[in-house]
Amino acid sequence: MKIKSLQDLEKIKTENATRLELRNEDTLDTGGETCGLEKGTEHIQVLTCGGTGCKASESEAIAKKMQECLEQFGVADKVEIITTGCFGFCEKGPIVKVMPDNTFYTKVKPEDAVEIIKEHVIGGRRVQRLLYVDPETGSSVSDSRHMNFYRKQVRIALRNCGLIDPENIDEYIARNGYSALADCLLHKTPAEVIDVVKRSGLRGRGGAGFPTGNKWEFASKSKSDIKYVVCNADEGDPGAFMDRSIMEGDPNSIIEAMAICGYAIGAQYGLIYVRAEYPLAIHRLQTAISQAHELGLLGEDILGTGFNFDITIRYGAGAFVCGEETALIHSMEGKRGEPTLKPPFPAVEGYKKYPTNVNNVETWANIPVIFQNGPEWFASIGTEKSKGTKVFALAGKINNVGLIEVPMGTTLREVIYEIGGGIKDGKKFKAVQTGGPSGGCLTEKHLDIHIDYESLGAAGSMMGSGGMIVMDEDNCMVQVARFYLGFIVEESCGKCAPCRIGNKRMLEILDKIVAGKGTVEDLDKLEELAQVIKDASLCGLGQTSPNPVLSTLANFRDEYMEHVVEKKCRAKQCMSMLNYTINSKNCVGCHLCAKNCPVDAIVGELRQPHTIDYQKCIKCGTCMNNCRLHAISLK
Amino acid sequence: MENMKLSCAAIAKVKEICENHNNDAGELINVLHETQNTLGYLPREVQELVAKNLNIPVNRVNGVVSFYAFFTEKPKGKHPISICLGTACYVRGSDKVLEEVKKVLGIEVGETTPDGVFSLDCLRCVGACGLAPVMTISGKVFGNVDPKNIRKIIESFEAEA
Repeated sequence: MKIKSLQDLEKIKTENATRLELRNEDTLDTGGETCGLEKGTEHIQVLTCGGTGCKASESEAIAKKMQECLEQFGVADKVEIITTGCFGFCEKGPIVKVMPDNTFYTKVKPEDAVEIIKEHVIGGRRVQRLLYVDPETGSSVSDSRHMNFYRKQVRIALRNCGLIDPENIDEYIARNGYSALADCLLHKTPAEVIDVVKRSGLRGRGGAGFPTGNKWEFASKSKSDIKYVVCNADEGDPGAFMDRSIMEGDPNSIIEAMAICGYAIGAQYGLIYVRAEYPLAIHRLQTAISQAHELGLLGEDILGTGFNFDITIRYGAGAFVCGEETALIHSMEGKRGEPTLKPPFPAVEGYKKYPTNVNNVETWANIPVIFQNGPEWFASIGTEKSKGTKVFALAGKINNVGLIEVPMGTTLREVIYEIGGGIKDGKKFKAVQTGGPSGGCLTEKHLDIHIDYESLGAAGSMMGSGGMIVMDEDNCMVQVARFYLGFIVEESCGKCAPCRIGNKRMLEILDKIVAGKGTVEDLDKLEELAQVIKDASLCGLGQTSPNPVLSTLANFRDEYMEHVVEKKCRAKQCMSMLNYTINSKNCVGCHLCAKNCPVDAIVGELRQPHTIDYQKCIKCGTCMNNCRLHAISLK
Repeated sequence: MENMKLSCAAIAKVKEICENHNNDAGELINVLHETQNTLGYLPREVQELVAKNLNIPVNRVNGVVSFYAFFTEKPKGKHPISICLGTACYVRGSDKVLEEVKKVLGIEVGETTPDGVFSLDCLRCVGACGLAPVMTISGKVFGNVDPKNIRKIIESFEAEA
């Protein structure tokens, strides 16, 4: 069936409304001990996470086993297993949610599947051992609304992730999907559409934070019969996975938003440039595009308005620089992904020289809901200059690893300690890295910063695409800087000398420092080189590439000084500055270490404390691993 | 690059892929993706063939193949191993995982074991950051990898091979 009018769209929405209502946490009555079919519920939905992370932990097998169990007990007509996108709480995955009981099961294994069906769905008793346990109170929490991880979150871009079946367009429509496109096509002029986006204050979520409405306006003013709308899904920041989750969990929101933009700027073609490393996201996008076609929401004469719009997928091939829009365009043209100078901006001369508007996945995901709830609603969330929410991929040495979405203006402390649940294994917080390889490391003194584009920039980091990596006392900041620089050197496209050669020289200096051969002058040299690279590089990647070094130098200078002056690494990561030592008080002379030492570097009489000959020692650590009395340590 | 003689079937396949993309040079990356999917890797002969079909100089094809990390000019092992060096995995010790894998296999990154069973690569983020550090073998994701268990994991694939 093709959707020809607003009524057709409404019809699909109404038909699916009850199904979706079962999953609406706000209207559910989840009180009482009894649950499942015992409670008299006639229809139960079991949601399982089908994101990449949970799939890696066998969530597909869980869904399959549950389905088998339902059939075995003859309740398959009352209970439905639905695979959704990512719930966000990856640390506790795979996640299974039973609705309308609003029960959130964590770390589910395939062997738990039968128990969930037998006990909960049929027996009416929640499976206590699979519930989330609040680490502060020690008591279990059965629904996500009462978990610290979710309490402070406001999910706008992720509104449908973990809620709908991403491979069923009807569920998206039931959540008001495509109503914004219909509203724009039927009731708004292109200029009015752009005005709404401008008034919302939405800024690009891919890194630089350029106002989206202005970008659309530039593209709309370029005169051309052919124009392109591009979705930048080349998520290259290592440790950020929000774009992937949106594509996997809510692909239709991207398609709807691109069509709205096509109407606003006068484009007929959409292109999604997605990493080839994301097969699941590609599959879900393809499914969504073909379903939208079947319903006439893509293609010719959409909703009978005469507007034509079509979307095709282009594959990236693994190059970080292709996140830069000019490089991305060259890559789509089948060339090396090298950036070019702006102007000309893509809005004037982009893909195949036609005017092109490029936005990032998360930016697109915000668009439909801005039209549904109004630009004023969106602008009421966030800070003065940064409106709405931001999705962050919270990872590293933190208790609650996962994907979170918070209003702009939330503090780093709230994110790390309340949502993130603090540092893993009770260790001490050392730094949080935001903005990926172009960002910087922030410290304890920055924790009360209200996160937005400006404040992070002022602190020497940046918003970037939203990677947020937490580090503890065991992470050596010199090595962290070296890690990012290593990434940049590998990913530099090589077009301009400052980035290609400058970063390589900086990496050599950091290698020298880590090897224990650094000097104080090396630190000055690093700063000087960094400044030149910042000033003279051609594209955004090059200009921001020294940020990880500069921010660690600014915030952890004492740690660098220890490395170059005292030749000491307080995090005990730089092996050149460490030695294995035997504590004579604990050593009983069992000779086990000496027996296993590959270079015979350990000497000592049997039953007498042993010692290490540092001339011979190759620091392989075999002795420490073999000592049963923990008498050997790294100092 | 490897010395290899292309079979007639492979030549026909490359030609077919190029034709499916209308021999359009703008489709070069898509053509290379499909060719690599079919043949496993992109040796010199294949690049020359693609260049001929799309009517572009071979240096442009090689420029693209060598630019993008996803394309490989060397054949991969039966079980390709990838170590995630994304930031989340790095801060949870993936560098130590990589060292151990290198030690166990006796090869460097980008190499294949002499018996052709394993090849070793690094990648940036598979998106399973909750399971960091992560490695993949033949597409199967292993999470929370402890360097101590690596030999056992690899041996389980060896037995299979």
